[in-house]
Amino acid sequence: MNFDDYRGIWIYVEVKDGQIAPVSLELLGAGRVLADKRKTELAGVLIGSGVKTVAPMLFQYGADVVYVYDDPIFEHYRTEPYMRALLDCCHKHKPEVILYGATPSGKDLASAIATDLPTGLTADTTILDIEEDTGLLLASRPAFGGNIMATILCKKYRPQMATVRPKVMKALPPDPSRTGRVIEEHIELHEEEMRTKVLEIVRETTKKARIDEADIVVAGGKGMGSKEGFQLIHQLAEVLGGAVGASRDVVEVGWIDHHHQVGQTGVTVTPKIYFAIGISGAIQHVVGMQNSELIIAINKDPNAPIFQSCHYGIVGDAFEIVPLLIERFKEEIPKLKGAHAKEEIRHA
Amino acid sequence: MLHIVACIKQVPDTKIIKMNPKTNTMDRASAPAILNPYDAHAVEEAVRLKKKYGGIVSVLTMGPPPAVKAIKKCIELGADEGYMISDRAFAGADTLATSYALTKALEKIAKQRPIDLIICGKMTIDGDTGQVGPGIARRLNIPPLTGVKKVVEINKEKGYAIVHRKLEDGYEVVKSQLPCLFTVEKDINDISFAPLPNMIKAARYQPTIWTADDLEDVDRKQLGLKGSPTIVSKVWAPPKPEGGKILSGTKEQQVNELLSIVLEKKELFV
Ligand SMILES: Cc1cc2nc3c(=O)[nH]c(=O)nc-3n(C[C@H](O)[C@H](O)[C@H](O)COP(=O)(O)OP(=O)(O)OC[C@H]3O[C@@H](n4cnc5c(N)ncnc54)[C@H](O)[C@@H]3O)c2cc1C
Ligand SMILES: Nc1ncnc2c1ncn2[C@@H]1O[C@H](COP(=O)(O)O)[C@@H](O)[C@H]1O
Repeated sequence: MNFDDYRGIWIYVEVKDGQIAPVSLELLGAGRVLADKRKTELAGVLIGSGVKTVAPMLFQYGADVVYVYDDPIFEHYRTEPYMRALLDCCHKHKPEVILYGATPSGKDLASAIATDLPTGLTADTTILDIEEDTGLLLASRPAFGGNIMATILCKKYRPQMATVRPKVMKALPPDPSRTGRVIEEHIELHEEEMRTKVLEIVRETTKKARIDEADIVVAGGKGMGSKEGFQLIHQLAEVLGGAVGASRDVVEVGWIDHHHQVGQTGVTVTPKIYFAIGISGAIQHVVGMQNSELIIAINKDPNAPIFQSCHYGIVGDAFEIVPLLIERFKEEIPKLKGAHAKEEIRHA
Repeated sequence: MLHIVACIKQVPDTKIIKMNPKTNTMDRASAPAILNPYDAHAVEEAVRLKKKYGGIVSVLTMGPPPAVKAIKKCIELGADEGYMISDRAFAGADTLATSYALTKALEKIAKQRPIDLIICGKMTIDGDTGQVGPGIARRLNIPPLTGVKKVVEINKEKGYAIVHRKLEDGYEVVKSQLPCLFTVEKDINDISFAPLPNMIKAARYQPTIWTADDLEDVDRKQLGLKGSPTIVSKVWAPPKPEGGKILSGTKEQQVNELLSIVLEKKELFV
């Protein structure tokens, strides 16, 4: 294997309902840094049906080149056709690095590609760097349930590949003046030969449950005592207009369903305000919320690790503090709204 | 008669494991070895499918000799047969080398009894990758169905399976040819209590154990550390956060101070 034949940093771009997944834009931001260090091109690989139109967006967010496989057979993500397309692209254009979002389909695709090429694949990366002269990718990730961080290398194979956790890297501000080259590719695939078929897609999470998009998340833990006690979390979320989050232990005992779980095996959230109430602050929980703008902890144990990971903490009983909070917010928020309305009128 | 194979792994319980702060290595003695929690759901699902459609459930693991205990746990859960591949040659395997060795073992099992379905856990709690299952599927050239949260139907005569695959905002209903491989989510089932006859069977059970030499057409260069493209170059403790400000005063004062901190972000409330 001659490493000099492998050039360029690639991002596998996910598109759903005509929208580029946020993680793909984040990866373009991270990939731009790597490409600049290596003085090479940053490419996006776009696979889908009717996806060509999003290419200009990828340029604005940092790509120099976009490879496009646009065909009805790619309407829904399926391992087989997507893998065929990406393998085709790899064999033709030989990248040195491919990054994927650590999303259900990104992980699925990356695992298949790594096995086929074969090459190394680092899972759930949270820190990325590259050696300028050798092109060695330094992919670091939490391991053993978040107890340690490890840097993983792939010295003898190219391309080097990693899946990268959503919401960790930063997208660049879009630059409307940036453009690039679109390279249209094609492979022969026939629907009759595909071994899987998507029969139906069911979207089931309501807006409220999408805690990864909420500005305020009120999360409760085992300290809420019972499903009834956990209602306080719902009530506080309600007055604040926020979403409800939970620790894994709460999900496990069935006080709330899995969509609400924050952490390593749940969702990663970065709201403007995160409340952790009756949550001990285990590392697996903290990794899912530590990038929130403002973290507030309420716990009756002054030694709870959550106080290490918050900006402000109250040592106290949630059953005394939270009802007080609810009451006070109920008084104050309408006043804010009123003041704002007056302000609007004055400006009008 | 379905033949379902669940791939399972024995892992240290990373929830209670202690780390050596000097070397950043795990103190394995500090944590009991358990059946990977996600794999318990894989076995449970295999056993449920067996009860529904008739068939045989085998479990397969790659690991050191004590991993027999994890196989016994699967027998308690209702598995019929256990296979273990154990050899120094397998040590230090990353996901690529793991899926290679497991595939060789699956090929050997399939010679004795053709396999209709392979079920893996979503991920292991020590490796945390979820890459081994799709790797096996690729090597066997069968469709991988990751994130399965419900099995709707298995039809061996007509050769298909229909499942629900978890998506970020819902699920999709997928039909796949058999044989195929599932990786399963935790919410696919609740683990049943092991009935007494299973416990008795498990206590006496001895799995079939193979070394690298027992497997056929093995390319030794693809096994263990040698066959692993990824290397761990550095480990360090995750940075300790600095800690926040603890509010003081009476409850009412604390609540009022918190209120003013929160309401400072007034754009969120208007
Ligand atoms: C591989 C792996 C992955 C994991 N993934 C996740 C994950 O994604 N998300 C996650 O959250 N966890 C995860 N965990 C579990 C994690 O290690 C912890 O077990 C879990 O986060 C603990 O939940 P908790 O804080 O609600 O419960 P506990 O640890 O039981 O903490 C309860 C807290 O409430 C406080 N409390 C009790 N009563 C009151 C009261 N009246 N008022 C105020 N405070 C009170 C207590 O002081 C205590 O600190 C994972 C574990 C492993 C091994
Ligand atoms: N050593 C092993 N032996 C058997 N199955 C394994 C092994 N390692 C991983 N698996 C299977 O692959 C899944 C994903 O593991 P991982 O890629 O390590 O997260 C697990 O849930 C198991 O089903």
